[in-house]
Amino acid sequence: MLDKLNEIEKSALESLKSVTDSAALEAWRVANLGRSSALMTVFSEFGKLSKEEKPVIGAAANRVKVKLEAEFESQAQAVKNAALAKSLAEEHLDVTLPGRTKHIGRLHPSTQQLRRVLDILAEMGFQVYTSREVETDEMNFQMLNFPPDHPARDMQDTFFIEAEGRAENPILMRTHTSPGQIHAMQEFSKTNPKDPPPIRIALPGMCFRYEQITARSEIQFNQVEGLAVGKNITFADLKGTIADFVRRMFGENARLRFRASYFPFTEPSAEVDVECFVCGGKGCTVCKNSGWLEILGCGMVHPVVCKTAAMTRRFILASLGVWDQNVN
Amino acid sequence: MKIPLSWLKDFIDLDGLSVEDIARKLTLAGMEVDEILYVGLPMPVYKEGEKHEFKTNGIAWDKDKIVVAEIREVKAHPNADKLTLLDLYDGQQDQVVLTGAPNIFHLKGTGKLAKPIKVAYAKEGSVLYDGHAEGQVLMTLKRAKIRGVDSYSMVCSEKELGITEESDGIILLDDDAPVGTPLADYIGDAVLDISILPNMARNANVIGIARELAALTGRELRITNYESRIKADKVAGTPVTELVEIEIKNPELNPRFTAGLIRDVEIKPSPYQIQRRLKLAGIRAINNVVDATNYAMLELGQPLHAFDYDALLKRVGNSSNKKIKIITRTAKDGEKIKTLDGNDRTLSTENVLVCDEKGSLALAGVMGGAETEVTDKTKNILLEGAAWNYINIRKTAKQHNLPSEASFRFSRGVHPAMAERGVKLGLHYMSQWANGKIAPEIVEQYPLKPKDSVVNVTAHDVKRLLGIDLSLQQISALLTKLDFKCTITKDQLQVISPDHRMDISEGVIGLADVIEEVARSYGYDNIPTTTMADALPPQVGNPVHEWEEHLRDLLIALGLQEVVTYRMTSIEKESRVATYNDYVRIANPIAPEKSILRQNLIASILDVLEKNIRLGESLSIFEIGSIFEPVKNDPSTGSGQGLPNEPRKLAIAMTGLREATAWDVKDSAVLDFYDLKGRLELLFSGLHFTNISYTANESILHLHPGKCAEVKVNNQVVGVFGELHPLVKEKYELGDSPVLVAEFDLETLRKLIPTYGIVPVSEFPPVYEDIAIIVDESVLAQTVEALIKQTGGRSVANVKLFDVYRDEKIGAGKKSLAYNLTYQAEKTMTDADAAAIRKKIIKRLEHEVGAKLRS
Ligand SMILES: [Zn+2]
Repeated sequence: MLDKLNEIEKSALESLKSVTDSAALEAWRVANLGRSSALMTVFSEFGKLSKEEKPVIGAAANRVKVKLEAEFESQAQAVKNAALAKSLAEEHLDVTLPGRTKHIGRLHPSTQQLRRVLDILAEMGFQVYTSREVETDEMNFQMLNFPPDHPARDMQDTFFIEAEGRAENPILMRTHTSPGQIHAMQEFSKTNPKDPPPIRIALPGMCFRYEQITARSEIQFNQVEGLAVGKNITFADLKGTIADFVRRMFGENARLRFRASYFPFTEPSAEVDVECFVCGGKGCTVCKNSGWLEILGCGMVHPVVCKTAAMTRRFILASLGVWDQNVN
Repeated sequence: MKIPLSWLKDFIDLDGLSVEDIARKLTLAGMEVDEILYVGLPMPVYKEGEKHEFKTNGIAWDKDKIVVAEIREVKAHPNADKLTLLDLYDGQQDQVVLTGAPNIFHLKGTGKLAKPIKVAYAKEGSVLYDGHAEGQVLMTLKRAKIRGVDSYSMVCSEKELGITEESDGIILLDDDAPVGTPLADYIGDAVLDISILPNMARNANVIGIARELAALTGRELRITNYESRIKADKVAGTPVTELVEIEIKNPELNPRFTAGLIRDVEIKPSPYQIQRRLKLAGIRAINNVVDATNYAMLELGQPLHAFDYDALLKRVGNSSNKKIKIITRTAKDGEKIKTLDGNDRTLSTENVLVCDEKGSLALAGVMGGAETEVTDKTKNILLEGAAWNYINIRKTAKQHNLPSEASFRFSRGVHPAMAERGVKLGLHYMSQWANGKIAPEIVEQYPLKPKDSVVNVTAHDVKRLLGIDLSLQQISALLTKLDFKCTITKDQLQVISPDHRMDISEGVIGLADVIEEVARSYGYDNIPTTTMADALPPQVGNPVHEWEEHLRDLLIALGLQEVVTYRMTSIEKESRVATYNDYVRIANPIAPEKSILRQNLIASILDVLEKNIRLGESLSIFEIGSIFEPVKNDPSTGSGQGLPNEPRKLAIAMTGLREATAWDVKDSAVLDFYDLKGRLELLFSGLHFTNISYTANESILHLHPGKCAEVKVNNQVVGVFGELHPLVKEKYELGDSPVLVAEFDLETLRKLIPTYGIVPVSEFPPVYEDIAIIVDESVLAQTVEALIKQTGGRSVANVKLFDVYRDEKIGAGKKSLAYNLTYQAEKTMTDADAAAIRKKIIKRLEHEVGAKLRS
């Protein structure tokens, strides 16, 4: 019987050597450790053994079983390792194939730019104030100190709306966001006509000019302007506020200059240039070789405008031109 | 406006300042120099990395190689009829120079010239513009053999030296040109091209710019250079006041009219120096008389008009006793005049005419008439200098499309004081260049003399507005430099505006005008930068604007791309989607396809979709913007067209593949109704709307009748969406896939925003369960879901339809709807609790919609 057990052990271990995959492994287990395997038969026929044989054969059979189970586990591990090694060796992706994408949305560039400007102005205390896009001549021009037929109107070629019976006050597409100043000043001063409250607003919106469409000019574009009204605001404050804005918008090293200029609704007026960020001031086609880019106009609100809008003294931080690109 | 530097130097010493220094000073003070054109003077050389300041163009003339020379004889070329050989002296040696110049050709073979001709002479190696090339092409003068004659140098034309862009013939310099002198030293120049702002009409002339430079540099304005010229003029003959009288019918439109007379002019070309300056300033040289009017205008700013005096006499019959009467008046409606450009112009009553007793002579301030214009035969000249109403001139110039140097200045305002000075200066130049004899006196009418503005300024005003501390003495000094008359009293400065400017008012406006001049004169750069010390107004934000931005963020998170389109469109384009009874129409459209304001945002974004349809397999776009609804009557006045309503709308359009194709995703389904609906559901969930319902609506014309819905929030319609109607889609080139569109009214939506608090996440575990029911096809999913929610109440936390199924077993005309239900309560829910709710729900569904539980 002991011989038989040795034989079982020997042939089982022998056949285990050739097991290399999990199916063969399972087959080996059924054949050598399964219920009807030769080894298990020894256990199931244990009762038939003599009293003397029982301890001897029992111990031997157990030893074989433990041995086979241990070898099985170890072979199983080896097979698993081999399979893993094989799969790791074989499963190589072409990492340069394109990934799977989703359609994603994004904001129009003009919205992105508008947000940036408005965010900066908001940090500086200027809150958004919006007003209509179709305006009266009175709001867009007359109250802003552009009298009818004034040469200053040549600066802003205008789209007019067909409208009957309006005499000296035609309807037009606003040429700038400045009529919003009048709306705002009228609205704020109404709250306390004797002592109007201070104002600090940003006026964004679509504006329209009758110009041929080119890479640099559009008939429709976004503009943002700031308006600050207070009792002690000075031109030096205007310069400081604009300098703050420019640093936040174009970086702390941005160089800027103020040039005297003319807008009917401000006096004194200034044009602000920032050193060309394309060429760093050396001169390029973007800055027309001047090294400077004209970025905005500004000034102290003109007394005529304050009078029509019933406000006291003031300054405006005006017209940060944000040119719109149309989608095409 | 183009101003040659040499001309400025007649009135101010600019030594020690570079051209760029001068341009910078002017630019910062509001006279922006757009371009510097070098015409002979050395151009700045920038080292690597050095800053440019101005757009620069032009050519420098080499001092060693390009000099003044004189032609002593014009000889024939041995082998070429059209060419000549010049005996020329360049100040050092004799030269033989070959030329084909037509303007000395007539001297060929006439022997030694009695008076040598002064010319610009360029030696071998000179860099010049090629006189034969199209446009301005630089070339270097090289030695060559032309028809057997050695040629190593040339006599230059204006084109070759960059004075003009085209020319024929060589430059014939003035007789006093110094032979041998470098040409650059003699007539080398630089031209500043200056933008004149609408309020700076006073500086649209050489003296104006020189005055500003004097103020900016602290140097002296040599104004006497023209005043003394005038004073030295000798006069002779009958005074003009005995020959001419003036009548002004409408002083508002013509505050002043002056005229002077000059006799026996010899019409010929002006001195070369004068021609050159005019050409650099962009004005053609005609003859000495016409040039004198233009030159005086450019120098002083007063436009002048020269009449042929004999032509005036002829018109009134040449009777020597009678004065010529000049009348200024408004035109009769339909009156005609032939202007000197040869055009017959029909006038309106707004136009002002200069007339004699026979009729019109000139369109005032804009253009002269043909009949009395100066010709080669003119002997005697009546020179007009007048002041006109600037608004009126602007209208007339626009009406007749006649922009001119004169109307440019008049339409911005020329002070009436300049009229007489202008006439005197013009007569002076005519006497100098045409040997005319100036008649004594100036005839004039001056019915409306402007008052010089008086403004009182305090040091506090300046501190208050500019934020700088200046004493009254300092303020006075800054303004005096600009010719303001200043008087300091105890605590204020009385400022009187000079009589060459019309832009200074009185009162608070005058104060702002004067303080701006203080700031300019002080220099904007010298004003400090400070921080606003005023109280910051309460920060309340702008909820409407913020909500709109939030909406944009939600939409892009849903994979939609934002577009911005033109507000202007055409009825034709928009009518593909919708037509309206009335439109907001542009009175002066820039193009036919931009003739109305849009009333439909869907039409706007479909244009974008169409334009981009080939660019992607899938397009999902949105726009947020205004549309414009006409308003018949102005609500404030009750009559006249009103301002349009400008409701803000959201439009969405989607078409193409549902998934992005890739190397392993070959066939994605196309986007359909439910893709758009899903986006909208997510959008509404992002906006925290809860009570939303969708109703089929077959009456939305631009949408497919079976695939569209109206969206209601709290039973209020907020918008519509669905598949574009096939007949609408057909009008666009939009590919094969269905096009889904949606449109919402933003104000309606915004007003329905629920005021939501924070809903806590329940700490008790939910119970999940699926139920499937069979109902008739006609039963809407929305109805079933509403019944489940109503019946379950708060215990049903979520209802999700996960399957819609039809087959024979279920039966024709029936469908199976399967739902995931989530039960939740403020306690641990047991299976028994869930079963009880479920039983109620099923019973309700059986009762209300005839549902059967599917086992
Ligand atoms: Zn640049």
